[in-house]
Amino acid sequence: MTAVVEERDRSLLTRVQHVLHAQATIGPAVVLLASVIVFALLSERFLTPGNISLILQQVAVVGTLAVGQTIVILTAGIDLSCGAIMVLTSIVMAKVAAETGMPGLPALLLGFVVGTLCGLLNGVLVTRLKLPPFIVTLGTLNVFFALNLWYSGSATIRGTDMPSLLLWTGQTLNIGGTRITYGSILLVLLVGAMAFVLKNTAWGRHVYSTGDDLEASRLSGIRTARVLLSVYATAGLIYAVAAWTLIGRIASASPQAGQMDNLDSITAVVIGGTSLFGGRGAIVGSLLGALIVGVFRNGLALAGVDVLWQTMAVGVLIIVAVSLDQWIRKVKP
Amino acid sequence: MTTPVLQARGLVKRYGKVTALAGSDLELLPGEILAVIGDNGAGKSSLIKALSGAVIPDEGEIFLDGDPVTFSTPIDARRAGIETVHQSLAVSPSLDIAANLFLGRERRRRGVLGSVFRMLDRNGMREEARRQLDALGIMTIQNPGQAVETLSGGQRQAVAVARAAAFGSRVVIMDEPTAALGVRESRAVLDLILQVRDRGLPVILISHNMPHVFEVADRIHIQRLGRRKAVVDPKSVSMSDAVAIMTGAMEPPAA
Repeated sequence: MTAVVEERDRSLLTRVQHVLHAQATIGPAVVLLASVIVFALLSERFLTPGNISLILQQVAVVGTLAVGQTIVILTAGIDLSCGAIMVLTSIVMAKVAAETGMPGLPALLLGFVVGTLCGLLNGVLVTRLKLPPFIVTLGTLNVFFALNLWYSGSATIRGTDMPSLLLWTGQTLNIGGTRITYGSILLVLLVGAMAFVLKNTAWGRHVYSTGDDLEASRLSGIRTARVLLSVYATAGLIYAVAAWTLIGRIASASPQAGQMDNLDSITAVVIGGTSLFGGRGAIVGSLLGALIVGVFRNGLALAGVDVLWQTMAVGVLIIVAVSLDQWIRKVKP
Repeated sequence: MTTPVLQARGLVKRYGKVTALAGSDLELLPGEILAVIGDNGAGKSSLIKALSGAVIPDEGEIFLDGDPVTFSTPIDARRAGIETVHQSLAVSPSLDIAANLFLGRERRRRGVLGSVFRMLDRNGMREEARRQLDALGIMTIQNPGQAVETLSGGQRQAVAVARAAAFGSRVVIMDEPTAALGVRESRAVLDLILQVRDRGLPVILISHNMPHVFEVADRIHIQRLGRRKAVVDPKSVSMSDAVAIMTGAMEPPAA
């Protein structure tokens, strides 16, 4: 009976808090919808097929990285090396194919293997040496970036020297007048697959519970080290998919590409409602987060706002998102 | 004499220069609640951790129904039918009650959905969770789909106890189950412990709360300085005498 009374006593704000607590993706969904409406009112060009296509292309690379970043952050970790892994694998795919004449498919698969191994290295350092993920990936960020400069000789590999499969992600499909790149479609499929796995498999639950409370998970019989290893390795594989999308996007493989993408992926995850403290969040939120950043940058640019204010707007979004998460976590029974 | 369900002989555990267990014994008889009491540092936790597989003893033997066993992980102990309710409860707050009940031993769907797509049998687990909570009379929890972090301390404890009772086939170990609870919630948890025993599962109860211990225990194991100092009958020994034995102020009565 008391429960009924409490239900009535709840203020509107508490109710909002409870809804956001139960459904972490509602917040970013509302923000995305609101920002789309505002920018559509500010500029006639915003909702044109060409512009939507542009936003989706800009979002595809960071969005794909954010999928990997999300599962790492769900375990209460962080991956600062994701952009470096992506650039390294893009160079490996492109250079091996360009120099040895290796066909597209094996070159692509080789890249996937390299990405997975890079992620696995992060996982081994986190679980075996028990170092904080922040420090591990700060270190490997530099290691992978140096390897990338060494292997590429700091030279860009032109798209014309590569097999067409590596550039396929930049090809477009015409859906209702809007040209969508295969890289964007790949991102949507990846988000769908990962969301399914996180929600419906034991592995997914273990990812959440390991991030929620490592010791409790261990005592519940979850092999937490194995979960963490698999998460970092899977993230590495996903960064390799991002590398493929990157090559298609810039029609080349450049050792200097994607410099900002490391932090942008974390931005997308955080704005998407996934908690940096682990155990709470969703992949779909990260896709929404990446879209929000893309829409903000694009919309402000169309409204004639200087780049520096676009960057500031993204910064404010991050702070707001994290504050919101802190508030949601304080939900009372 | 009846064979103890769980027996420990001469357990030793050292952490560097500190000896937590100095040859400790323990016997748990079928269908009883055995309380383990002892001052801080007497080795209660190490003893319980050794029995639940959370630490590996340096020396000594453990017997389950008379057969020697060795546990190197908590999973080994669980497989042998020993379930532990840890003081920290070992629940994952952001997951729901059913997910916590089945944490680490999730059930998959039948057929292709389970074997190929590894899909969880969400509904089946919810129903089973509902059944387990009902069986223990935990009516205050409305919905097994509720996140554990929205529950009160006593309700969380009830979830942890329900998990142990649902999966423990030989022994349930409870580490300070009432330590963080209020009077009314403690009462409910004590009733749960009695119910677990009445279902035929022997219980090891670690507690600092003497009134609780004397209320539910069939026998009391007093741990002191890493060893079993005495086992007393709560009906024939007073609370103050038990505390005196525990602190070394009194020698145990000759059994």
